Amino acid sequence: MTDAATPTETAETATAQPPRRLAEFWKYFRENRGAVIGLYVFAVFVVVAIFANLLAPYDPTQQFRQFTLIPPAWQEGGNWQFPLGTDPLGRDLLSRLLHGARFSFFVGIVVVVVSATGGILVGLLAGFAPRWLDTIIMRIMDIILAFPSLLLALVLVAILGPTLLNAMIAIALVLQPHYVRLTRASVINERTKDYVVSARVAGAGLGRLMFITVLPNCLAPIIVQAALSFSTAILDAAALGFLGMGAQPPTPEWGTMLADGREFILRAWWVVTFPGLAILVTVLAINLMGDGLRDALDPKLKRS
Amino acid sequence: MLRYILGRLLTFIPTFIGVTIVSFGFIRVLPGDPIIVMAGERGMDQERYNELMNQYGFNDPLLVQFWDYLTGVLQGDLGQSFVTKRPVWDEFFALFPATLELSICAIILAVMLGIPAGVIAAVNRGKFFDRALMSTALVGYSMPIFWWALLMIIVFSGTLGWTPVSGRIDLLYYFDNTTGFMLIDSLLSGQDGAFLSAVRHLILPSIVLATIPLAVIARQTRSAMLEVLSEDYIRTARAKGLRPIRINGLHALRNAMIPVITVIGLSVGTLLAGAILTETIFSWPGIGKWMVDSIYRRDYPVVQGGLLLIAVMVMVVNLTVDLLYGLINPKIRKR
Repeated sequence: MTDAATPTETAETATAQPPRRLAEFWKYFRENRGAVIGLYVFAVFVVVAIFANLLAPYDPTQQFRQFTLIPPAWQEGGNWQFPLGTDPLGRDLLSRLLHGARFSFFVGIVVVVVSATGGILVGLLAGFAPRWLDTIIMRIMDIILAFPSLLLALVLVAILGPTLLNAMIAIALVLQPHYVRLTRASVINERTKDYVVSARVAGAGLGRLMFITVLPNCLAPIIVQAALSFSTAILDAAALGFLGMGAQPPTPEWGTMLADGREFILRAWWVVTFPGLAILVTVLAINLMGDGLRDALDPKLKRS
Repeated sequence: MLRYILGRLLTFIPTFIGVTIVSFGFIRVLPGDPIIVMAGERGMDQERYNELMNQYGFNDPLLVQFWDYLTGVLQGDLGQSFVTKRPVWDEFFALFPATLELSICAIILAVMLGIPAGVIAAVNRGKFFDRALMSTALVGYSMPIFWWALLMIIVFSGTLGWTPVSGRIDLLYYFDNTTGFMLIDSLLSGQDGAFLSAVRHLILPSIVLATIPLAVIARQTRSAMLEVLSEDYIRTARAKGLRPIRINGLHALRNAMIPVITVIGLSVGTLLAGAILTETIFSWPGIGKWMVDSIYRRDYPVVQGGLLLIAVMVMVVNLTVDLLYGLINPKIRKR
């Protein structure tokens, strides 16, 4: 009779496991006020990115030729028709900024997904591979890391051609070695532990061992890295756009907008101030969140 | 120790070869024929084309080409700029002092502000100063520095008119390029106001370039200090009744410096990446601007050579940091 009771009990605890872990995570995450603020700002950013075309008063490329370089509404000469003013071509700055969120969000998501997937796969491979293959993989990563990331991305874009897509590919490639190193380090740390050995003895295949046994236990540092590379991706894409090697005008990408407005900085401060502020606030919010994630996920700092 | 050094040097060599392969491959994966690109819009006839193909060795097998490239690199031959026709090696080292001067000023600024900020934050953990300093550091860490540079120009050059917008010195002054460091050369020249002009040109770019390393150093100093402050020997020092200044400044900081020094060493890559943006915005004639200009001009030998030299420099600095770290911290060597 007791035999029949045990499986149901374990099944219950198994289903109860994920929510409890999530609740525990939230408990630690909530303690960090900055992280919660960052989360709210990021949520707003995501909403803006998704509904940009509904929120923006005008089309981001529509030119109001009789209203060029109008200052923000609260300044003298400002006009509530254009709350944040207009750029040299008479385009509404607010509409462009709102649409810019869309590009930054897209860049962040694509770069994180591509670089994390590639990095985790290669890192798992390196962690489980025989020594020679591991050495080769890690040397290749060292080579990529030897180049300053922005420079390498710049040169890659010069080869591939200056578009936003190529900028994303370049940034993903440059960020990917960090995931490889992190994954490999945690895999090597986990691989000798008893639960992995027992899974191996029980006959788990290599694929199962990699993805089902070991990977879930390596995820904490990778998630933190994902948050950090989300903000790095946004910054680097904006830097490439600023250098004319990312999104091309008239795309309302924040870095490209900065480059467009650069020659007017001494006459029209708003043209360069707002796009940069948008980048800073977004990146800051994501970094705040990343700090909170690290505190909540890092087992060393957990006090329970 | 010797084994540690040798082991570390042994990983340097394959990475070096890999980096040369990347820069060698760069010109060969470009869409289009490099010779055609070099000819530019005027084009060239078939005979001249064949002559150049042979001269640059593009007709040889790839392995032979790579061998020629590698032996050339080791002898300091990185080819010639398409635009200026001068050797890439000479151009690099003519412009390098400008970048070095800017980077040194930036790193001094970052260290001089970052370490005290980190110490003050750690000592006042959880209090107002800690929160204020660490929030500022996080803002600095998240800063798009190209925008930060433009803001500085608006405020300090535009509104206040305190600093010039671009270049290294006013055109009024002219003197010999003895050391390549404008601060030293202007002093040596003995001209009135030359040094001051050089300093004024250096201020904004240094602040901009220092921003991210400053934030990183402050954060790292704080966490290293917090770790050290919880050690037993600090408690002993407190129990002995030593003054807090002595405990924090002498006992704790000395041991907290090890990870901080590593971070400073590893920020060389960040500095060079930052120099690309900073130099472009302030028209600072260093290698960052040189690289960007060469990419715009499609001056491929320069891009190729510059990429290689910068990567090798970063590698050498990282290697030195690693070796020094092994020297300071014996635990590392045993791994």
